[in-house]
Amino acid sequence: MIPTPHDCLARNEWICGAYLSTRRRILLDAVVQHVQLTAVSVLIGLVLAVPLAVLARRLPPASGPVLAVTTVLYTIPSLAMFSLLLPLYGLSASLVVAGLVLYSLTLLVRNILAGLRAVPEETRQAARGLGYGPVRLLLTVELPLALPAAMAGLRIATVSAVSLVTVGAIVGFGGLGNLIYAGMNSYFKAQVLTASVLCVVIAVAADLLLLGVQRLLTPWTRAARA
Amino acid sequence: MTTLGAARDWLTDPAHWSGDDGIRHRLLQHLLLVSVCLAVSCLIALPVALVLGHLGRGGALAVNISNAGRAVPTFAVLVLLLLTPVGRWGEGPAVVALVLFAVPPLLTNAYVGVREVDRSVVRAARGMGMTGRQTLLRVELPLARPMILTGVRTAAVQLVATATIAALAGGGGLGRIITAGFNLASTPQVVAGALLVAVFALLVEGVFAAAERLAATRPGSGR
Repeated sequence: MIPTPHDCLARNEWICGAYLSTRRRILLDAVVQHVQLTAVSVLIGLVLAVPLAVLARRLPPASGPVLAVTTVLYTIPSLAMFSLLLPLYGLSASLVVAGLVLYSLTLLVRNILAGLRAVPEETRQAARGLGYGPVRLLLTVELPLALPAAMAGLRIATVSAVSLVTVGAIVGFGGLGNLIYAGMNSYFKAQVLTASVLCVVIAVAADLLLLGVQRLLTPWTRAARA
Repeated sequence: MTTLGAARDWLTDPAHWSGDDGIRHRLLQHLLLVSVCLAVSCLIALPVALVLGHLGRGGALAVNISNAGRAVPTFAVLVLLLLTPVGRWGEGPAVVALVLFAVPPLLTNAYVGVREVDRSVVRAARGMGMTGRQTLLRVELPLARPMILTGVRTAAVQLVATATIAALAGGGGLGRIITAGFNLASTPQVVAGALLVAVFALLVEGVFAAAERLAATRPGSGR
């Protein structure tokens, strides 16, 4: 087919309106998969990280091993992580999720633990003096005070996860990464650029969303500054 | 455990170590790629961070660049570069993508390191008649060194890990063993490749940890 001057798809241009309108369905599916993989992984990471951080805070001898194991997990490359988990999960979305959970664990455990450690001793003693048991102390005093540090870790973990999902393309579950991978092999410029930009947009949107959640959850930090 | 056993058999087969697709060649490619990228990123990031830290300006910029850098998938940058004229020179796209990936942590750590130097020490240096340049090189730089080294170490380990992505776009390095394993549907080879990269990353971490310890105990190092 001879490229016509008006057909940016045929001319394989970087920015192409015709691509957006004709592939809307594909792009939407990829975005949904991308967001799902990120959200599920970070949520599972969070559910695992909170008890681990609390354990490390309550039992100081446990903090060394917990931090060491999560740090070692972080040094394993994403491509290698997905492949190491391959025998366990096969070529599936759970493989990508499992890899991303292990990554977010490091960032989350470190930050939550730092937040818990930063709770002033006087505050804890005051709460104990008021008759707070260990559980109530943890839930109503320590965890809320650790929130800003924990949220900082959560934001980094989420943004990193959005960008790491793309590597999942190697097993066919990479959200927008699938489109980038396919676009690379077929030299499809508009698809690679559009998918890459969408990745960044998702990351920025997720970061802003979490920032908003943090502001809602920690009204006292704003009051102190004002 | 059978998979790990098969991976061990794959690794111990001498045939897999020689040749252009062999482990030895891939390991050298990986080492070269990481070394070049680390050197280039340090040359770009450290002078900028030191000067910004010395002047006390651009902190928000450094941190923002660092955060924005995390949001951009290295794989996407690599593929984008591959489709531009840069893609024509061999490892070019991989080097550019990895440098872009390594600069933010180096920049932030070095900047924060210089800023965290005790202000009274800096004022004392000025009081002794040191020029801005002397203060930076003789006072701020040595005091910020542990923090700068931490940044270099983080960047090095992350580079070893991320350089595998170059293989997804047809580049060299250990990632090729993994992608070739995927294409052959050979799980032992994939796992063996992953183990090689992980061990490499941990080795780099260990070498840097040892270097930091040596630098800290050396007499006259200012500690």
